[in-house]
Parts: sequence; C-alpha cells; structure tokens
Amino acid sequence: MATRHHTAAPPVGEGGAAPAHSRAASDAGERRRARLSRRWQRDVRWSPYAFVSPFFLLFVAFGLFPLLYTGWASLHTVELTAPTDMRWAGLHNYTRIFDDDFFWNAARNTLTIGVISTVPQLAMAMGLAHILNYKLRASTFFRVVMLAPYATSIAAASLVFVLLFGRDYGMINWALHFVGIGHIDWQNDKWPSQIAVSSIVVWRWTGYNALIYLAAMQAVPQDLYESAALDGANRWQQFFHVTLPQLRPTILFTCVVSTIGASQLFGEPLMFDANKGASGGAEHQFQTLGLYLYEQGWVNQHLGRASAIAWTMFLILIVIGIVNYVISRRLRESG
Amino acid sequence: MTTTLTPTEVREPRRTRRPKSARAGGTLHAGPLGYAVLVLFSVGSLFPLVWTAIAASRDNNRLAETPPPFWFGSNLMHNLNVAWNDANLGKALVNTTFVAGVSAATIVFLSTIAGFAFAKLRFRGRNALMLIVIGTMMVPPQLSIIPLYMMVAKLDWTDQLQAVILPSLVSAFGVFFMRQYLMQALPDELIEAARVDGAGSWRVVWHIVFPAARPAMAVLGMLMFVQTWNDFLWPFLVLTQNGSPTVQVAVSALGRGYTPDQSLIMAGALLGTLPLLLVFAVFGKQIVGGIMQGAVKG
Repeated sequence: MATRHHTAAPPVGEGGAAPAHSRAASDAGERRRARLSRRWQRDVRWSPYAFVSPFFLLFVAFGLFPLLYTGWASLHTVELTAPTDMRWAGLHNYTRIFDDDFFWNAARNTLTIGVISTVPQLAMAMGLAHILNYKLRASTFFRVVMLAPYATSIAAASLVFVLLFGRDYGMINWALHFVGIGHIDWQNDKWPSQIAVSSIVVWRWTGYNALIYLAAMQAVPQDLYESAALDGANRWQQFFHVTLPQLRPTILFTCVVSTIGASQLFGEPLMFDANKGASGGAEHQFQTLGLYLYEQGWVNQHLGRASAIAWTMFLILIVIGIVNYVISRRLRESG
Repeated sequence: MTTTLTPTEVREPRRTRRPKSARAGGTLHAGPLGYAVLVLFSVGSLFPLVWTAIAASRDNNRLAETPPPFWFGSNLMHNLNVAWNDANLGKALVNTTFVAGVSAATIVFLSTIAGFAFAKLRFRGRNALMLIVIGTMMVPPQLSIIPLYMMVAKLDWTDQLQAVILPSLVSAFGVFFMRQYLMQALPDELIEAARVDGAGSWRVVWHIVFPAARPAMAVLGMLMFVQTWNDFLWPFLVLTQNGSPTVQVAVSALGRGYTPDQSLIMAGALLGTLPLLLVFAVFGKQIVGGIMQGAVKG
C-alpha cells in the first residue's frame, strides 16, 4: 500500500496546474476529515444525552413536576369545580385531615389490608417457587396458569370476587357451611370484608411473585447446595440455610413493591363496595388511603385536601424506603 | 381457554449472565405432594375465571340459588351480546388496544435507546442519572394524579385518549430492564467495529442495538401492554363511560351501575378479560420468561 504524505510539499517541476489542483483537493480532504472528526467528537459526547433525554423529559413532565405540584397544591384550598383557582391555606389541609377520624381509619385499614394481603401472598409465593424449582413435568404450563390472574383486570377480578363472597348465595359461604361455619357477611363486617378485599390482591399477585422468587432461586450457585449436602443438611435445612439467605435481597425487594402496591390500593375496595360509593363499605370498614384520597378529591371535590393526603402517603413511603435501605445495608454488612 | 400442554422435556439450561449450573434444587424430581400443591394452586388461579364464564352463561335468577351453579347454562351468547352493547365494549376494546399498543411501542423504543446509553456508553453523570431512574421506580405514579388531572382539565383533554396515554409513557422499569439485558447481550466489540467503520450513534442503534435487543424488546412490549391494558385508576378518572372508555372503565361501570343483573355483569367482565387471556395462552411462555428475566437480582 502506497501512502501519500500531503504534508510534504510536492516536488517542483511536475507540471503547473496539477500540483495546485492536488493541493486544493488535499486541503479539502483535510477540512472534510477535520469536520468529520469534529462531528464525531460531538456525536460521541452528546449522543448519550440524546438517548436518555426522552425518558427524563417525560419523567419531569409527568412524574416529578406533578409530584412537587401536589405538595404545592396541598398548601392551598382548591376545588375540583375550579382547579385553577388556588387560595393559600398553609397547613390547614393537613390539620383538617389529621383531625378526620376517617383518615386514621383509612390508614389503619391500609395497614391491616396491606399486612393480610402481603404476608400470605409472599409466603405462598415462596413455597410455590420452591416446588417449581424441582424438576417438573409441564413446568411451563404451571407457570403460565399461575400468571393468569395477573392478566385479569382489577375491575373484572373484583366483580367476580364480589359474587364469590356473596352473603346469601356466594360460593365461599356455601363451601364454608359444610365445615359448619355460618353465613359470613363478607361485605359489611369489618374483618371479613378486609379479608375479602385482600384475597383479590393475593389471588392476582401470588403467581407473579412466585416467578420472581423462582428466578432468584435459579441464580443461587449450585455448589452452595452441594457443600451443604456434604455437611449433611437435608432438604429443609438446605432451604432454610442456603436458599432463604441467598434470596434476602429479592425478598426485600418484593416486600417494598408489595408495600407500595398495598398503600395504593384503590380499584379493589372501590369495586367491592355494594353501595357503589367511594366510602369503602357502609361504615368505611375497608376504605383504604387510596380510596379516601379519591373520595376527598373527586366525590367531595376538595383537591387541596386530596393533595395533602397524597403528599402524606408519599412521606410515609419515603420513610419505608429509608427503613428498607438501612435494613438492606445491615444485611449486607452482616452477610 | 385452551392451552397446549408442553411436551415433557429436559429443560434447557437457562441463559443467565454468568454460566451457572442449571438449577438449584438440583436434579431432584418433585414428589407427588409437590404436584398436588401445584394442581391445587392452578385450580385456585383458574377457578374465578372459569366461574366468570359459568355465571355469564346463566340467567340472573338462576345465579341466586343454593348450591351455586357449577356448570354452564345456555345464555352465554345472549348475555355477551347484551353486555357488549350495553357497556359500549366494542369501542372500549378498540380504545384499549390503541392505548396499550401506542404506550407499549413508545416505552419499548425509548427504553431501548436509554437502556443502551446506560449500559454501553460513557458520559458524564451516567451513574447519577441511573440512580434517579432507579429512584423513580419507587415512586408510585398515583401520587401525581391530582396535578395531572388539573393539566388534563386545563387542556380540555377529558375523555381524550391522549390523556390516558401520555402519563403512562414514563417507565423507569423499562429503562432498567433494557439496561440489564443489553449489558450482557451486546458485545462491546460489535459497537467498536461499527464505530471504526464510521457509523454514527444513531446508525449503531439502528443496525446493532435494535437487532441485539429484539428478544428483550418483545418481552418488555408484552409486559407493558398487559400493564397498560389493566390500568384502572387513571383512566377511571379522566374517561367517562359514555365518551371513550377503556375496557376497565366500561367493565367497572357495569358493576357500578344499578343493574341487578349479575350474569350480565359477569359477561362484561368475561369480555374484558378474554383478549388478554388469549394473549397469555399464545405468548405465556415468553411473558413468564420476561418476568423472570426482569426479576431484580439484589
């Protein structure tokens, strides 16, 4: 391959126009290369920002800005009928909420429904994942079937469960009467109604969480089991001393996600209400914070107060997040 | 719902980031007890769905009896017909398919380019920005509904589908998911080679990243489609039943009206759920794989 060095001046006496022409051409080439490499530099430097900016623009417009604006609106009196007309109210909305028995009632309900839906759900998911982790016939079939509830919409699922939990003709009470348990009023009694609402959540999410645990179990190094087996650990001991510790981060993650999900519960209690209101039962017996927010904002039309509820929920979640972070750091240090 | 049983096979070892011995739990076969539990759970998972169909196939008076009906009646077609017309379900299905399709496609595209940048490109502020993405995964979108509602009211978008689509386009999970996938599925050498050949960033994305990311894009697309399809709170707030409902809004209106006719309500619920169940029957395996891939590994 011949290389041409255009940096050296062309030898004299090779004709008149040609050298000039070639020099011009080479200059143009160099300019083009310089321009290209400048563009190249720019491309390398700025294109990553071009790639990530759409996400962040959307996030700022529909995530961050509304979140902060909720905080701002919570300090104002705003009505749904005139959402642009804001009057400064200071912390008035917050004091109103904290004086409202229904707020505390909703907070308690959210906590209890959250616990009775999250704990059994994750425990069952863990057991299922453990079974699915063995060699199985038709394992894909089982996994898909378990995920079917996840494909069912909240509205449809809630409507079916309302019927199944019917007081007089529901399938569940009919099954229970064989065990000698009388007619339970699943809609109007406090605990039964909360259990019924929770069961919709459990039904929809258990299979999904089982798959997440299964994925984490399959990532546990095999040699840990082998060495445990060599030490004489039986299957149960292997599960408790190898699998569970290895799954800690995943368990923590599902706990956080389920907690957030539980704090946001809205559709299930809304659809479960026989009186078609947003009060979560005649005596607010299964009204969650999400439903309370909706009732304040869209039924009673106090958007400012609803914003204060939203912001309170956000602060609670931040506290949960910090606790979660501290726990996981402790775990990492000890593990 | 018909699902074909997969033929029994020795499962191929999963492709994971690091070559690992295929499975914990080892080569042990599950015992009969394990199968019993799985069958029990499968029945529990499917029963409410099957029973929806049973209830939809009866007439209302026959629903309120003891023992409750366990088998199909003869009214299915009639009820489906009435529910379809009553609940505006035809329009709702078109709307929902449109909303979920546009959302899923947009999220997949934006997540892929952003995920690629986070996975393979060096730029200032990369780690800080990634932390923000992960942080947003923890912020429930519902907390922003009040200002969003004000925006929509101001823009006069109530009952317009863009009011449902736009807020659903923010998916931190999507970015995270694509980043995880591209980190392991896209060799640096490929990008280098294209760079040396003088390809600009967009050409690299078009000719190298997209082909490499195709499987993950398909999975993310399906997950997002399911999620948007089942969104309830936000569409419920901005869409009215008589304007342009999504399936969720239409079905919930059935249940919140004062029709005492339960079998009609069940027919509506069945119609609203069936399309997604069909998607699951066809692509179930891929969706399961996608959820397991997306599982966050500590």
